[in-house]
Parts: sequence; C-alpha cells; structure tokens
Amino acid sequence: MGKSLFHKVWDTHAVRTLPSGQTQLFIGLHLIHEVTSPQAFQMLRERNLKVAYPKLTFATVDHIVPTHTVGRPFADDLAEKMMTAIEQNAKEFGVTLFDLDDDRQGIVHIIGPELGLTQPGMTIACGDSHTSTHGAFGAIAFGIGTSQVRDVMATQCLAMDPLKVRRIDVSGKLQKGVYAKDVILNIIRNLGVKGGVGYAYEFAGETLEAMNMEERMSICNMAIEGGARAGYINPDQTTYDYLKGRPEAPQGEAFDRAVEWWKSMASDSDADYDDVYELDGAALEPTITWGITPSQAVYVTEKIPALTDLPDDERHLAAEAYEYMGLKPNAPIAGMPINVAFIGSCTNGRISDLREAAKIVKGHKVSAHVKALVVPGSKAVLRAAEAEGLHEIFIEAGFEWRGAGCSMCLAMNPDKLQGNEVCASSSNRNFKGRQGSPTGRTLLMSPAMVAAAALAGEVSDVRTLLN
Amino acid sequence: MSEIVSMVQSVEGRAIPIRGNDIDTDRIIPARYLRAITFEGLGEYAFEDDRKSNPDHPFDKAEFQGARVLIANGNFGCGSSREHAPQALQRWGIQALVGESFAEIFQGNCTAMGVPCLTASAADITKIQDAVTQNPQQELSVDLKTRKLTCGDLEIDLKIPDGNRLQLIEGAWDATGMLLEGQEAAKGIAEKLPYVSGF
Repeated sequence: MGKSLFHKVWDTHAVRTLPSGQTQLFIGLHLIHEVTSPQAFQMLRERNLKVAYPKLTFATVDHIVPTHTVGRPFADDLAEKMMTAIEQNAKEFGVTLFDLDDDRQGIVHIIGPELGLTQPGMTIACGDSHTSTHGAFGAIAFGIGTSQVRDVMATQCLAMDPLKVRRIDVSGKLQKGVYAKDVILNIIRNLGVKGGVGYAYEFAGETLEAMNMEERMSICNMAIEGGARAGYINPDQTTYDYLKGRPEAPQGEAFDRAVEWWKSMASDSDADYDDVYELDGAALEPTITWGITPSQAVYVTEKIPALTDLPDDERHLAAEAYEYMGLKPNAPIAGMPINVAFIGSCTNGRISDLREAAKIVKGHKVSAHVKALVVPGSKAVLRAAEAEGLHEIFIEAGFEWRGAGCSMCLAMNPDKLQGNEVCASSSNRNFKGRQGSPTGRTLLMSPAMVAAAALAGEVSDVRTLLN
Repeated sequence: MSEIVSMVQSVEGRAIPIRGNDIDTDRIIPARYLRAITFEGLGEYAFEDDRKSNPDHPFDKAEFQGARVLIANGNFGCGSSREHAPQALQRWGIQALVGESFAEIFQGNCTAMGVPCLTASAADITKIQDAVTQNPQQELSVDLKTRKLTCGDLEIDLKIPDGNRLQLIEGAWDATGMLLEGQEAAKGIAEKLPYVSGF
C-alpha cells in the first residue's frame, strides 16, 4: 500500500516521539505577521531564547495595514504600536521582514507563494488559520496560536498528533460562471464546518488538476472553514511551472533536482486514505452563503432553507442566522440587496481573481447605493493589475482601488462595515461581526459574483452577465 | 532545560453554560481587541458583541461570576487561530472547558496554555448545562486522570486526546522546553531536508 503526501511529509519531518506520545515535527518554513507574533517574541525574551532558524522565518504586515493610505505613523495608535513591535522584533531576532516600504509586502498567504517561499513537500506554520492556503503546492501547512508561534521560533518544531487524511475527489468541468470558490463552498456545505476536524483534506480529481495555482490556493485556503487544519493538492506540472523563476525558489539545475524531489513527495497512486468523498464539479452552480457559518450556503438559484429542510442539529443555528441576517426561510437569495462589495483577501485577492471580476465589471457601473472596493492581496498583485489596466476598469465602474492588505475581511484596520450593512464579499468568513460591525452581515461568494452583485446592487447570477 | 510548569490534573469549581454550536473565535473575542502587543486585559472583552446583543448572556449573570468550567456544545472555538480567544476566557476565569467538540487550533491553543478541553456526548452536555442552569452554585469536578466529570449526582465520562492529557497531567503543556531537548535531533532532520540544506 502506498503513502499519501501527508504521510510522506510527516515522516520526513518527524524528529522524535515526545514523552506525551505526540510527534516533534520539524517546520520548514515559519511565516509570521504583526497580530499573533508580538506576545511570542516577548515570551522568547523572558526565557532568554533566540529564533532558532531565522533563515527559515519570514515576516510581513497585513492585518492592520490601512489600504487607503499607508503614511506613518498610522492614525490608529494601537496599530502603530504593533507595527513598531514587529519592526523591532524582526531586527532584534534577525528575521527578514517585508515591511510597508518593501515591494514584496502583502498578505502572508499571498506573498509566500508569490516569492517562491512556499514549495512542495514542506511543512509550514503561521499564526493564522488560513495557513492551509500553502497546501495548494503540496505542502503541509498548519495554522497555530501564539504559544505555538513561540515554540516554532524557539525550536523550529511543533508538538503535534498526526491527522487522518480524507481524499476529496472533484470531477467534471466547471460550468461558465462557476469558480474555485464555489467548489470549496460546496465541499463545506456538504461536509459541514466541523466535518474536517481531525483530518487533512487532500483535494484531488480532474477539476482540481485543471485549475491554476491561484484557484488551488482559494480551495486550500478554506479547508479550515470545513474544520480541516490542513488541506493540500498534490504537486504537478502546473505547480512546477508556477514556481520556476520565482526569487526564493531553487534556480537553474537545482530547480530540476527540486522537481524530482517534489515529484517523489506526491501521493502514491495506491495510497491509503482514511476516507474518500466525491463531488460532481460539473453540477455546481454559483454559490453564496446566507447565514453565519460558511456551511450555510445555497446556489444563487436556490431559496434560503426552511428549518424543516435541515437536520435537527442545524436548526438552532439556522434560526439564529435568519434573525441575524434579517432573512426569511424559503425566500430566494437572488435579489437580496447589498450595501458593500468587497473583492480581496487571502482567499480571493490574487491577480486571476481581479481579472475575472474585471471581465464582469468592464463597461458597467456600480449600483448607486453600493460602496465597492477592490483590495489587491499584495503589492505584486497591485503592480500586475495596474500593468494590465485592471485598476482603470474598476475605477471607471465606481470601485475604490486600494493598497495591499487584509482590509475588510476581518476589520482590524479602517475598512469595516457600518451598522447592519450587507456585504457581498470574496473573503472566507461570514461569522457574526466578522467584518467589523457587531451587526454587519456577510455573504461569501466568488469575486465574479461580488462584481455582479456590485453592479446590480443585489445578489445576482453572474452567468447572466457572461453570455 | 524544561520549563517547570504546573500539573493540571483536575479543575474544581462552578460552571457556566455557553449554549450553541459553531461559536467562533471572532465571537469569543472580536478582532478589534487584537490590536495589541500583549494579552493583558482581554478578559473583560470576552464575548463582548454577544453580550451587547443579549442582555441574558451568561457572562453577565451575577450567578455565573467566578465560574471556572465552561460547558460548550459542538465545534466551539472554530475560525481564526487567535490565541486571544482562549486567553480572554482564561483571564475571565475559565480554567477548563467541557463540550461536545472543539475546533482543533482552539484546542491546541488551550492545551499550550494549560487549559484542558474535554469532550462528552451531546446528551451528557445537555444534562450538565441544564443542571448548572438550574443550580449555578453547584460545584463540579473535572478529573483528567479518571476522565470523569462529577456534578452532584451526575457522573459523566469525558474524552481528551491522550497526548494533550499527558502533557497536562504531567505539567508538560508548555512544549518549548520539551522541544528544545530534541534540538540535536531536529538539526539532523533539517540537514536531511533538501530544501533546507540546498537542492
């Protein structure tokens, strides 16, 4: 019986069995940002410890960065303090920081791949749940909390229990107007937000194989929303082509040797899985969340489910969601008015996301009552979009064109919903209060669907604009 | 050079029920309180938005002040990896959590702070939540060694991953010291990884 990529990577990085029975696992790449690292650096100081492997550690700033102006000091004193802290910490501990004045700055899960830091066969950790994104390259990438950030800084290792592996096989060609975001929203809808607890998800099948790296990243990014701490896709030619020539990827002949190793880390064709789930990609339609967890989702052609349509254990949360979202069961989701449209985030803030949205927007105007913003995920995405003239398409249509950062995905910066505004959002979480207003309401969807909603002023089917 | 930390073998005290599935870390501590470089003072903001929208929230009820054990339902702590969430609960006074299930990153964060997360069946969780709601003064005991919760006449079986349980009862929940002891072996692994040593 062969091995899955997960087990190959695990076995290659297992240092020893700890007295607790857990595995001491070596972490090949540690990414850090300003929110979950300052307390960890302080713990190192208190214990007189250093960063053990500073060359495997990279820092950026993303969560708190204002996207309309980045002049220092920030207007928000607390945010300014966090910026100063990461700058001082990076200097003191010898860690490379992609600061605001660095061309490489951006959302941590966008710049890792962009720079070629993220590679197949690695273990990666970051104090951020969306670290699963890096699994798109065939890496095993975990989100961790601050005490574990301290552990990785001090030892380049984590104490962990192995995960089970569920292979998720997606077949068929996606319909026009259906994107990677729709695939992952449906996986979460079908398997639930806790369906992946205890598992790593291996996303596979012809639908995934046909996707580019950015689409694959959108899928793996939201593995955590399905409860799976790690999600990955086996590396293939698409992966190698993406990595070739990136500044932190191996160069020249070393690249060819790397490809051989990367190939050897992919799941064997006779690998054993703890579970297998199959999804017909060709049957999917554009999908939107209507509730307060990412599994509360419907096709744009469907109605909000009634309590009687749902299993017993989902009804309490559905009732809470109707009230919070101001929705009625059995009402169609299409036509629900929106106030804000947000295109960006580590889920969908990459150049291909902006291109797809721009195709929808070109030559149209944002609805008069909608505030719409496009936030590139990194400075590199911003430069690429401007080189192609995408910013002009968005600006002419009435979108705000912003600088790189996490922006309205999580509202740790000035971009926030007000009151009970409804936001069509290309981000990853529709939790209560997530976008900064305790009564703000989030509808998750693909960037193209956000663009369609921005133009119509309400939830609408992007497929009607594609013909 | 293992850190000397305290053994967590049992937690005794009153309990507070937090009902509902999928209570995420944004609800436990809204992101605006993550704009800080320490965890200090987070306790008072635990569940802040939920408390504002629900005047009957248990965290505001006089009878639950001083509770040490939080009784949750399914998938508690899902979402963001922010350790600020368990830090806020701990600083409010919570020393252990018992629920139907926990999100993995949250559970890992709790363990790394010496706060055990244990699970029980949905039916048993309802029994405990009902008992505590009826009598908030009821003392209960969560025993990691026997994996039992006792609450008056109720005795309930608990589950916890073996690794987490051992870390807690042996006082090895702060993993840094333990991992440092394996640094020579870790160096050996690093040298064998082609992407670290060079392709």
